[in-house]
This record gives sequence, structure tokens and C-alpha cells, in this order.
Amino acid sequence: MKQGILARNPSVLIFLALLALFTLIVTFGSEAYGAGFVSTSFVKTLGKTLCLCLAALAMDLIWGYAGILSLGHMAFFALGGYLIGMWLMYARTEEIVVAALAQDALPATAEEIRQGIATQIFGVVGSSDLPLVWSFAYSLPIQLALVILVPGLLALIFGWLAFRARVTGVYLSILTQAMTLALALYLFQNDSGLRGNNGLSGLQNLPGLGDVGQDQLSVWFFWTSALALAGAYIVLSGVVGGKFGSVIRAIRDDEARVRFLGYSVESYKLFIFTLTAVICAIAGVLYYPQAGIINPAELAPIASIYLAVWVAIGGRGRLYGAVIGAAFVSLMSSLFTGGRVPAIDLGILRIDWVDWWQVLLGVVFVLVTLFAPKGIGGLFDLALHRRSPDRKGAPLGPEDGSLQEKEALE
Amino acid sequence: MRLILMAVALCAALMPLSLRAETAAAIAAANAAKIEKPSRQTIGPVIEALVASGDPMAAAVLQAWASKGLGLRKSDKAFFLIMPEGDGYKLTDLTGADAGTAPKSEISELKPNAGVRGLIATALVQFTLSDPNPAKRAEALTSIARDPKTEHLAPLRAALAGETDPALNAQKARLERLLTLRFDPDSAQRVTAIDGFGADLGIDLRGALNPLLATTRLVATGDAPPAANIANELSPGRDLTEADAYDLLVAANLAPARLTAAEQKAALAANIAGGMVGGIPLADLSDQTARDRAYTALEQAGTVPTAATSDEVTAAVAAHRYYDVYAEPDPAVTGAAKAALDRITLKQGAMEVVDLGLDALSLSAIYFLAAIGLAITFGVMRVINMAHGEFLTLGAYTGYVVQQWVPNYTASILIALPLAFAVTFAAGVGIERLVIRHLYKRPLESLLATFGISIALQQLLKNIFGTQARPLTAPAWLDGALTFNDVVSISYIRIAIFVLALIFLCFFLWLMKRTRLGLEVRAVTQNPTMAASMGINPDRINMLTFGLGSGIAGIAGVAIGLYAKVTSELGSDYIVQSFMTVVVGGVGNIWGTLAGASMIGGLQKVIEWMNPSNTLAAQTYMILFIILFIQFRPRGIIPIKGRAAGD
Repeated sequence: MKQGILARNPSVLIFLALLALFTLIVTFGSEAYGAGFVSTSFVKTLGKTLCLCLAALAMDLIWGYAGILSLGHMAFFALGGYLIGMWLMYARTEEIVVAALAQDALPATAEEIRQGIATQIFGVVGSSDLPLVWSFAYSLPIQLALVILVPGLLALIFGWLAFRARVTGVYLSILTQAMTLALALYLFQNDSGLRGNNGLSGLQNLPGLGDVGQDQLSVWFFWTSALALAGAYIVLSGVVGGKFGSVIRAIRDDEARVRFLGYSVESYKLFIFTLTAVICAIAGVLYYPQAGIINPAELAPIASIYLAVWVAIGGRGRLYGAVIGAAFVSLMSSLFTGGRVPAIDLGILRIDWVDWWQVLLGVVFVLVTLFAPKGIGGLFDLALHRRSPDRKGAPLGPEDGSLQEKEALE
Repeated sequence: MRLILMAVALCAALMPLSLRAETAAAIAAANAAKIEKPSRQTIGPVIEALVASGDPMAAAVLQAWASKGLGLRKSDKAFFLIMPEGDGYKLTDLTGADAGTAPKSEISELKPNAGVRGLIATALVQFTLSDPNPAKRAEALTSIARDPKTEHLAPLRAALAGETDPALNAQKARLERLLTLRFDPDSAQRVTAIDGFGADLGIDLRGALNPLLATTRLVATGDAPPAANIANELSPGRDLTEADAYDLLVAANLAPARLTAAEQKAALAANIAGGMVGGIPLADLSDQTARDRAYTALEQAGTVPTAATSDEVTAAVAAHRYYDVYAEPDPAVTGAAKAALDRITLKQGAMEVVDLGLDALSLSAIYFLAAIGLAITFGVMRVINMAHGEFLTLGAYTGYVVQQWVPNYTASILIALPLAFAVTFAAGVGIERLVIRHLYKRPLESLLATFGISIALQQLLKNIFGTQARPLTAPAWLDGALTFNDVVSISYIRIAIFVLALIFLCFFLWLMKRTRLGLEVRAVTQNPTMAASMGINPDRINMLTFGLGSGIAGIAGVAIGLYAKVTSELGSDYIVQSFMTVVVGGVGNIWGTLAGASMIGGLQKVIEWMNPSNTLAAQTYMILFIILFIQFRPRGIIPIKGRAAGD
């Protein structure tokens, strides 16, 4: 009996309705299109949060569903940001250089424009040549294609090497962490061709839209991010809801058994790994124009671990859990580190949340891992009176990494 | 030697009769006018006469003269050594006898200019080189070595014979050879001197040889001038770029200056007439070839100076030949110097390999030290402890706190090591009891939970100790380095870390293979249920093992803090490398960890050596290599065999 995606996942409709409602509220509250009680910078924060939710969706798919704890997915996120940032910076600089050269008596040659752009962009790292990786930066369509291709190919090659060698569990986690560290260290060099630790900046200005204010742009990006999140949510519900979803969950629970049943476990894993990498890259493409700046610190291993933290706190193995976790933790994080929460005075010790937020987050995270493996999503189970069958908490598979039965309910 | 004597004799013969006087006083009196108003050109013979006189006072006179200590009595034009005393001067005449005092007004102080002082200083070298005080002699040698000149050669040779101190004698002899190879007029002597050094690694030798091989670029229309000592001929496009070649031509006035794009643009912009430049519409000038045409048109009209365009440049470059020419004219000397430098480079290369090996060894020791705690918690217990890095930090901060209380560095380190162990042991046991024991069956979760501990601890340490680096000072006896020669050296602190790593290796082996605890640990990791039924308490063993691993991390933290800066991020710099070390080496085997540390440390040093300016790239390539390495040996260099491996 075949059912539609929506029928099988009633939560999708609820999620979409809530997201639409949220988008409407923000739009009518924005400075550009509404009452103005939501400031432009807060619209940007919300838009960025939606992008992080999108990345968390991908993380949930790879970790919560396929059981692969990747600690390198923020590398793909940042890579997407770098690739779109190259076009944004190139095109924006081109506008400036062309405007400057138009003051001259002679019309500028193509070579002069190229030279001017290169000097503008790379003067900060003491170079005036456009590196090879910028070859296609002039073209938005090519660069957009690269946004998919580069992270996709990197994930494909890395995943192929790792899964082929049957690297699993914590080994794979460490390996992915090493990958993002290697990439970050590489980008930190000045001669990497991506401006070293200066990173790319000025990404909030869209080329050709100089006369559109940031208040409008922020709402546009918010809409796009919401649309991307909604689209990814629908697609991923389809992916995890069907037969394919059953196979990847089976791989999570007992990889060897799935292999003996005749499935090509490596191909499934590779597909999921690459798909989630591309989703992360798309999230990065939408995120960094709202953030305005990207530098190699965004690829630090800690960023990817935070991604895992969000998914764990939200509740893994359910798509809405990832979204809730990412939104909740990242908004709380910006609230606490932004100094908007009053400090607590304990007499001998003053808890200033800017300094103590990380301590709180760490402790909460340990507590969630220990006592509430379902995360915030578990609250829905409580509310709906869904209870796990009691198998005395036996693991679902023979492997050490398999989930306990009580954690596996969707 | 004979040459100098001849030179001196020749000088003496040419000198006016008056100069051949016996004493310094007589010479001074005879040349009073020259001494009073000396000039660089005329004073030479006088100074030489003073040196040659053999009068023991000559050195004192010269020294006084150079340092404004020679005065002229206005009344009778007599010279005195003067010493300020009260309002006047204390006088000593040039024979060394006391001559009373005189008021300032009666004496005019002689102030030779810098050129004359230089001549005097050179003359004085001979005296200082034979000074009875060895310290003075050593000082003179150092000053010559710093700035060797042709004039130093003769006095140095003269002073060589009388040297009694064997160390100074060797130093003098070496300096004499170095001066000979640079300044001796006889080229055979120079070649002998160069060859005599063999493949000596001294920096002073390289400093003497390199100027001999200094080259200048020479451009010639046909063959090179026959007198030139040519190093090699350069062909444009291979040895030097066309642009460089053309620059040489311009510098030698063999070609007109080249037109840069900016100059061309300015020239064109200055000649816009009615929307056209040189007959070409302005709108078309967004193209380099159009601009060239416009410029040529202007050139033909005579409105702009002729300048080379690119085809002219190519033709001009092809019409000339380019040479590297040695400044040193003698081919025998340059040949010998080149051969000597080649020998030195080869030997230096070999020494660098040795040095690299030492560097790699000490880096490996550091990685091993950082990873050995993990080898226990991860390798033996299979618990991923992401807070391991914070245990390193905790150890380093313990060392810092101890140094605040115990000012003696040696004592404080001796206290800090066991204290760091105690602190991190307690922290490890606490974390094991509270968190990890609930997660033994769920490695991914224990990874995440310990990561939570890691960020909380890191921030906590940052709140306590601040973000700036804290000093952890090594005791004075660990300062300095063990130096084998100019290339190979290793600092004592690295030797100490190496020794510490060795001690830990032995300790670990002893603990695991020779003690009851080790036996029980191995039993519990292999089969906890069976171990429990044999009367071992797995809970207790797990707790102790985890505490032990954490404690060793604390001690390693103190060692690492001694040479790295102690910040709250110290540990996170090592965490990925530490895990890599354990994974690459092979989990559950201390020899594997050792092999992993050696491989990672060695590899990183080799990559850094190939690209010395870029340690970041070295780490990148190393991690890439490890990712590939795991393809071929997924279970590490030394995998566990048998049923224990099946996980």
C-alpha cells in the first residue's frame, strides 16, 4: 500500500505551517515591510538560524538516521560559504574597480580591470595576482554549480576512501574531524588563495543591488532561507520515510546484518554522506551573505561538534528535533553571549553569562546525553503519550556503537 | 713573511732620513707637523715608522693618539701623553717619564679624524695581537674576524709565531688561513688555504668563501670580455626572464627604457585630440593591441618619446649575451672556493638530516607524551575522551600555580609533576564515576558527553586564569642546548621531554605486564563479565584505569607547558594529533602508539623541512597522509591480533 509523503508524516504539515506562520510574523514585523518591531540585525540572526537549522537537518540525517557521527560537516557548510563568497567579493570588487577606472580618460582594458580586482582583493595578503581557484569567480552560474560540485566531490572522495576501508564508529568521527582541521589549517595560510585568516568579507553587499537597503535584503534572505529549509524538510521526509530510510536506519542498527541481506552498505552510506554534505553547502551559501564575513575559523573542528550538540539536544532521529535543537541552542547562545541576560551575583562569584554560557552549555549537554538521549524531541513523546516498548534497554544491534532500544524510537 | 719584510724594507728605503729614527719620541718630534694636522694620505709612513721603531712606547703613543690622549704643548711644540686631572692635564712625555702637569690652556688636544683613527687602529692590531694579556689578544682576534681587512694579514702572521696559549694559537692560525684565502696576493697560497679547510662546517669559513663567489650580471653584445672570470652564461627564458634580461640591457644603456602599461596609458591620455588618439577612436582603446597601435602612431608623429614595445624588447634581448661574472678575477681561486663550498654543502646536508632526525625525535616524544594517556583511556578501555586535551591543560596550569607558591624552579617542577598527576587523576576519576561509566556501551555518546565536559572545563579554566598565556618556567639547568656543531644541536628541554617519554613507556609496560593492576585491567578490557566472575571488580578497575590515563595526561601537560605557552587552548591544539597518534599506531598497543608518534612526528618534520616557511601546510599534508594511510592499514601500524580485535 503506497501512501503520500504527507500522509506518512503528518508532522511535515505541522512543521510547514509553523514555518510559514513564523515567516509571516517576521516579515510583518520587519523594518522594511512591516511594523518594524523586529530589527534588521535580528532578522539577519533569524535568517542565519534557519540556515543552521538546515545544516542540522543534514546532520540529523547522517547521524540520527544513518548512525554516522560526522564531525566534519561544518567544513562543507563553510566551503559553500567560501564558494559563494568568492563570487560576491569578485563581482562587488569588479563594480568598484570599473567605477574607479571609468574616471580615467581612456576606457579600461579587460586586463586592467582584472589587475585592479586582484590588487583590491589580495592586497591584504601581499599579492596582486588572482589565484587559480578564482578562475570562475566572475560567473555566478559556474560558481553556483561549484557550490554543489566542490563539497559534493570532496564528500564523495573522502566518503569513498573512508567507507571502503570500513572505517566506522568513533574512528570515522575522528577522521572527519581531522579532515575539517586539515582544511581549516590549509585555508589559514596566506598562499591558499583565499586570503588566509582574513577570510572573505563584505559579503552582505549583493553585486548589482547597491541601492537596495540591508533592511530589505535581510528579509529576502530570510525568505530564501525559510524556503530552503521547507524544501529540504519535505525532501528529507521523503528520503527517510520510504524504503531508503528503512535501509539506512537498518545500517545504523546493525550494519553487518544489512550487508548480509545483500544491500551495498557502502553505497548507501556514501550517498547519505554526499547528500548531507551538499545540503550543508547550500545552507552555507545562504548563511554567509547574511553573516557578511567568512574566515577559516568557521571550519574549526569545534563548529562541527556544535552541530552535533544541536542535534543531540533537539533530539536525533527525528527531523523536527534537529530543527528545534539548532534554533533553540543557537538563539540561546546568541542571547547569552550577547550580554542580554542579567548576571547572577553569588557573593563570592559573579556569574557573567558572557563568560559562563559555555560552561552551562557543556554541562547541559552532558546531562542531556546522560539522562535525556531523546533531547527536546522527547517532550513530544511525553505529550503524545508515545511510549517505547520495554525491552529492558537492550541494544538494537551487536555493535558497541548501536543505539539502545529505548533511544531508537522515532 | 718574506714579502712583508721586503715591503717594510722598501718603505724604509723610500722614507726620508728623518723617519728612520729609533724612538717614538724622536719620530714624533721629526714629524711634528704631520702629526699635528694629520691626513689620511700623508700620515701612513709616520704610523709605519712608529710601528717599525720597536720602541715599547710606540703602542702607548698610538693608542693615546687615537683616543684623544695625545697633546701638544703650545709653547715648545712638544708632544705629551695627557690625562685630565683637575683643571688641567697630567703630562707624560713620549719616553714614558712623568712630566708634571699643565693647565688646559697650554695644551692643545690632538683630534685625528676618522680616517686617520682607522689607520692607527690597524697599526695597533699588531700590538694587541701580541699583548701580554690573553683576553686582549682574544678580543683583537674577534674584532678582526668580525671585519677582516687586507691590512690585518701581515700583523696577524707576525703575531702567529709568538703565541703561547694553544687555544689562541689555533684561533690565530684559523683566522690567518681565512684571511689568506681572501686577501693573499699569491693565488696558489689562497687555493692551498681553501683546500686546507676541507669540508669544515664553520660559519666563518662560509662567510669568507661566499664573497669570493659573488657574481655580477654582465651583458655583452658579442663574446664576453676576455679578462672576465665568467661563472656561467645565462640564456634568456631559461636562466633569467626576458623582463630581467631587458632590465639589464636598459641598465647597461644598450636599449631604451621599456614602456609600462601605466606609462603608456598616461601618454595616450595626454594626447587625446577630438575623441581620437593617434587616429584611433577613444572607445576602441579598451584593448591592448589598439593602444599599442595608437602609441606607435603617436611615436611616428613625434609627440611621444620612442619606447620599446614588446616585439622590440624580444629582439633586443635576443641580440645580446648574458653572463654571471665573478668579482674575483682569479679562476683558480673561484674554482677552489666553489669546490670547497660544494663539499661543505654536502656535509651540511648530511648534518641537517641528522638535525632533522633529532627534531623529529623530540616532536615524536612530545606527541607520544600527549597521546600516552589516551593510549590508556582510548587504547585500552575504548573510551573516547575528548576532554583529554583539557587534562593536559589542567596539568600545565597546576604547574603554573605551584610556581606561584614555590619560587625555586627546580623544586616547583618536582612538586608540580606529582601534584599534576593527583589533580588530573582526581578529575579523571570524577568524570568516570559521574559520566563515562554510564556510557561504556555507547562510544559515540561518550565522545559527545566528554566533549561537553571539554568545552565546560576549557571555559572554566579561561574564566579562572584569563585568556593571556601564563608562564611556566623551566629550571635554569634545562636552559640552553646540547650543541654538536654549527648545524646539529638540541635543546636540553627537548632531551628532558624525550627522557620523560621513555620513562613513561617503561612505566606503562611495567604496569601492564608486571603488576596485579595491569593484569586486572587487561582482563576487564578483554572480557568484563568473565573478569567479574573471577573476583575482579570491573567498576574499580575501570575507575583506576581512567584515572591513571588522566593522571599521565596531567604530567604530560606540565612537560608540554614548559616549552609551549600555557593557555586554556593548550590541550585542544594537541587533541586531534593525539587521537591520530593512537589510531595510526594501532589501538590497544603501547608500541603502536610509539610507532604512531614517531611516524607523525617524523613526517611532520620532513614536510616542514621540504617547505620550511609553512608549518600550517605541513600539518595539512600530514593529516591528508594519515587519512590515506588509514586506507591501507585501517587498524593502525600494529593491529591487535586474535579475537580481541573483533569489535
